[in-house]
Amino acid sequence: MQAKAGQFFSSGHTNNWAVLVCTSRFWFNYRHVANTLSVYRSVKRLGIPDSHIVLMLADDMACNHRNPKPATVFSHKNMELNVYGDDVEVDYRGYEVTVENFLRVLTGRLPPSTPRSKRLLSDDHSNILIYLTGTSRWNGFLKFQDSEEISNVELADAFEQMWTKRRYNELLFIIDTCQGASMYERFYSPNLMALASSQVGEDSLSHQPDLAIGVHLMDRYTFYLLEFLEDIHPASTANMNDLFKVCPKSQCVSTPGHRTDLFLRDPGNVLITDFFGSVRKVEITMETINLTAPMVHLAVESELKTESQSYVDQLPVAEIIHQKPKQRDWHPPDGFILGLWTLILLVFFKTYGAKHLKHIF
Amino acid sequence: MGLLSDPNRRRALTKLLTRLNAPICVMCYLAGVAWFMGLAFEPFTLRTYMSENAMGSTMVEERFPAGERALATGREFAAHKKKVGGMPVDWLVKTMQSRGLEVFTQSFTRKLPFPDENKERYMVRGTNVYGILRAPRAPRTEALVLSAPCSEGNNNNQAVGLLLGLAQYFRSQIHWAKDIIFLVNEHDLIGMQAWLEGYHHTNTTGGDWSPLQGRGGSIQAALSLELSSDVITSLDLVLEGLNGQLPNLDLANLFYAFCQKIGVLCTIQGKLQRNDWDTTSGYSHAAQTMMLMVLKQASGRPWGDHGLFLRYHIEAASIRGINSFRQYKTDTTTIGRLLEGMYRKLNNLLERLHQSYFFYLMPSLSRFVSIGYYMPAFGLLAVILLLRVSFHLWDNRGFYFYLTPSSPGVLSILTPVVISHMTGVALYTLPILSQEMAVQHFPVSETEAVVLTAIAIYTAGLALPHNTHRLLQGEGTEEGWRVLKLVALLYLAVLLGCTALINFSLGFILALSLVPIAAFITPHTPKALSAAIMVLLSPGCTLLYCVFVFQELQETPVSLQDGWMLFLSVISQGILDHALYGSLVYPLLALLIYPCWLLLWNILFWK
Repeated sequence: MQAKAGQFFSSGHTNNWAVLVCTSRFWFNYRHVANTLSVYRSVKRLGIPDSHIVLMLADDMACNHRNPKPATVFSHKNMELNVYGDDVEVDYRGYEVTVENFLRVLTGRLPPSTPRSKRLLSDDHSNILIYLTGTSRWNGFLKFQDSEEISNVELADAFEQMWTKRRYNELLFIIDTCQGASMYERFYSPNLMALASSQVGEDSLSHQPDLAIGVHLMDRYTFYLLEFLEDIHPASTANMNDLFKVCPKSQCVSTPGHRTDLFLRDPGNVLITDFFGSVRKVEITMETINLTAPMVHLAVESELKTESQSYVDQLPVAEIIHQKPKQRDWHPPDGFILGLWTLILLVFFKTYGAKHLKHIF
Repeated sequence: MGLLSDPNRRRALTKLLTRLNAPICVMCYLAGVAWFMGLAFEPFTLRTYMSENAMGSTMVEERFPAGERALATGREFAAHKKKVGGMPVDWLVKTMQSRGLEVFTQSFTRKLPFPDENKERYMVRGTNVYGILRAPRAPRTEALVLSAPCSEGNNNNQAVGLLLGLAQYFRSQIHWAKDIIFLVNEHDLIGMQAWLEGYHHTNTTGGDWSPLQGRGGSIQAALSLELSSDVITSLDLVLEGLNGQLPNLDLANLFYAFCQKIGVLCTIQGKLQRNDWDTTSGYSHAAQTMMLMVLKQASGRPWGDHGLFLRYHIEAASIRGINSFRQYKTDTTTIGRLLEGMYRKLNNLLERLHQSYFFYLMPSLSRFVSIGYYMPAFGLLAVILLLRVSFHLWDNRGFYFYLTPSSPGVLSILTPVVISHMTGVALYTLPILSQEMAVQHFPVSETEAVVLTAIAIYTAGLALPHNTHRLLQGEGTEEGWRVLKLVALLYLAVLLGCTALINFSLGFILALSLVPIAAFITPHTPKALSAAIMVLLSPGCTLLYCVFVFQELQETPVSLQDGWMLFLSVISQGILDHALYGSLVYPLLALLIYPCWLLLWNILFWK
């Protein structure tokens, strides 16, 4: 029993958070809201409570005037599964879903008046699941609400801020849009794993229309993801490699992609429930255990990367004061300066005639 | 140095233009006509596609069940109509109320400037009945309109029946995000004009109507239904509206998409689509369809009750059911399903239809030509006028001929211009004003009086040059007619350009006939021949040819006698359209095109 105790503390996280974002509005984008609500439903079912879920929906499909079944959002045709349910708690709704709010939630820079339900109160032992869905016509951008975009660089920088502020232990990023893989290209913070529904240059397709409601209900990737998650229960031992196999090209038409190079542990050792559920490791025992000796990790050391991760120095004083930033690459002179000099030269030769040119060349 | 800034090169360019002016003009004219005819050739056209995202990929299973009941309602309507001898207002109000709509009526009266012989009316008095289906959960900010005209005799009973059937079915649905207004208008266009003016609180044509008690928000789209038989073989889509305005192409795309989905035969201009575009007969079929659309657009009259919605920026089209001798018939339930599908898609709209084209020509229902492709045809014709301007400026005199001492007096140029325009004003105002006098002196009806007065004034204008010269002292100089010709050419170019921007078909047809005479008329051409050609290509005769061509294209060719009567009725309809609905074709022709032609006539007879 004492030996097993070592296993208890091997995963490193103590709480789970989820940030689920749907970025598009209008009735014909019903499927994006249904996507987000399906993941919300799975995550709640597997144990993450509403207080640890930040749900951002850009439009209200359930109460849209065009919904023939008000107060419902279906994910399967023939209205098999109502993912809206009775107890959905939307934290950011409608026009509150903006790039600024999303980044503020991630980095924690919210005004003091923000209620707790709208904050991501994670710490350095939190595993966070971030799910984004919407439309993206371009490579490297995700469109928020038809009027603004978030770029992959901004997202990567936000995650770096989260790492520096020790706001996560491990982070799983899932995105279901066209050209989704472009959004995780720029990540550079440790302990990030990313999944996308399509590669750069590919479109993510929607799954099935419902003939009574008159819209497409789900996107393919999330549809098959939901099917996969319906089989997961809190004690399940499915790992990330199974998740990567969800929705192969034959079902999805697009090629889902994933990125694990920034992640410390081997994906085969990472349980689905590490991110999607809030699983408490509880082992009931009638014996008493004396934990006197320091814990010996039974996990095989060689699986972990030996390179130790360290946090970046939070206040690099030496760099701020007394030191000019080292310019590592040579940048060509600014276009404006070039233009100005060309103008001066042209004026000079115009005034004094072209015959001076031959003295130069 | 550059092409235009080097004086040597400039001189060479102008010499080239003046030397080869006539051949270039002829080539441009032929190129313009060829470009226009080539527009109907299928590889030069684009396939229609749905541009609006909100209407795009959503699909609904239409479930309208009550076609037979709709027909029964239509028969009831017909019986009541016969009993009352007009519009059965009380029955309609009661029926609409029983279907759960908010019903209102509007009464209107209109006195036409002279009796309309086609529809046999003079003092029109009528009532519009409309019921509003309020959207169950939405605010009352937007509306859609479905209208059916109440016509005399046995026409359009089924349309009203289907309208009431759809109203009952729509009332039981909860997914409407916009109010739907079911309108039955009396006296077709006059009633529709009264209703629209009342709805939008404007009064541009001087009608007299009672204000509307109930309103539904800003109208996003409208459909007008004309159905006169229990079963149909095909549905015809009518797009042309007042002043040649067309609804957004997305509306036509929507109709076509549903025709394909439901499997109903759909036509435009009454002509079916053909697949053999590479054969001569296939091409000529497409060219005929396009020419019909061009002629209908050029006439500037609304070809369905929808035509009046367009000026309020409401996309509208008319759907007409046609029962011909085909074997495969479509019943009312299917038509109801088609309309249900169209309205559900229009329900999804978030903004007015604006993504697709507003200016286009359709050689068939699934192919279109946009303004970017058809405008060069007109451009080639307009460039001829500018080439002739350049010719007259630079011909043998270099640049500065207008500074030579023998420049003509302003009076000798101004007089023909003023007199031509005054004749135009007479042509515009006198026919209606003098119908009383004409009826007293001649044994004709008022309509004939108006039309014949118009033709008389038109022909009297031909005698003007002689009278003008009697007024002026002395002779006009050689320079005089050149300056007048310059003025006429520029005036015609601007006029035709502006017309083509608003109504391409009208501008193009006028350009086809006026540009050759404007280009080549001088006092030195043989008088008799030129006079004959000028008369044959004058706007009035162009109208006559258009009437004959239109009848040919509709596959109902007319004899000369009937054609002439049709021509007279077209003139009277044009004047009535202007008085009743504000159509601009008659004032344009009378006040601007005809004086321009008279100027050219004056140049021909310049002494």
